[in-house]
Amino acid sequence: MTVNELTAAMELEIFALPAPENSITGAYCGDLLSWVMGRAEPGNAWFTIMSNQNVAAVAVMADLSCVILTEGVRPDPQLMEKAEAEGINLLGTALSTYEASVRLAATLGP
Amino acid sequence: MPGLTFTYSVDGNDYHKAGEASRSAKFTLKKLGLPPEVVRRVGICMYEGEINMVIHADGGTATLTVGMDEIEIALEDKGPGIPDLELAMQEGWSTADSQANELGFGAGMGLPNMKRYSDEMQIDTTVGEGTTVRMKIKIR
Repeated sequence: MTVNELTAAMELEIFALPAPENSITGAYCGDLLSWVMGRAEPGNAWFTIMSNQNVAAVAVMADLSCVILTEGVRPDPQLMEKAEAEGINLLGTALSTYEASVRLAATLGP
Repeated sequence: MPGLTFTYSVDGNDYHKAGEASRSAKFTLKKLGLPPEVVRRVGICMYEGEINMVIHADGGTATLTVGMDEIEIALEDKGPGIPDLELAMQEGWSTADSQANELGFGAGMGLPNMKRYSDEMQIDTTVGEGTTVRMKIKIR
C-alpha cells in the first residue's frame, strides 16, 4: 500500500506529501527519537506525538515512508518546511496512537 | 584507508539544527550510488554521533571516508569526555539535559545504536579532553 492510499483510507490530514507513492512496509510507534531510529524498519509508517523538526531528520535517516502525528498534534512550522524540503510525508490524525495503529493494521491487512 | 573523504563541522548547542551534517553525508552517499542499506546504516551511526556532540560536547568534527570496501566515520569532539564508558554503552542510560529530553533526545540509545548499526566501533575518550568515536561500515 502506498502512503497516498493510506492517507485516503484513514482520512489523514496532509501537512506535507512530497512522496505519495512511498510503499508502507509496516509501522512503528514511539516518541524517543533514538529508540525509533534504532528499531523502526525501512519503509515503516511512524506514529508519534513529537512535532519538532528533528522528527524530519529521524525519518530521513531511518528511510521511513511517512510520519503520522497522532492525538491531533500539529507540526511545528519548521517541521512542515523540513518535511517538504526533504521528501518526508507528514500526516496527521485526531486518533490516539493506539487507535491509529489498529486502523493501520486493519487497512494493511495480514 | 585511501578513498574519498568528506569533513563536516558540527555546531554545538543548536538542537534544532542537529543532524545537518548527517543529512548532507547521506545525500552524498546516495549520489555516489552506494547500496540503500549501507547508506541507511551510515546515516544512523553518524546522526547519533552528531546528536551526542551537540548535546554533550558543544559540537565537533565529523569525517567520512568512503573506500572500496568500507566506509569509516570519525567523530571528534573536545567535550567533557565519558567517565564510565561501560555505563554509557547501556541502553537507556543518558545524561542529556531537559531541553534535549523535551525534543525527544536523551533516550540513552545513541551509543547502542551506533554499535548496532556499525561493523566496528572504537571509542577513545579522556575526561576533560574529549572523545573520538570511529565506526566502520562494510559495503556488501
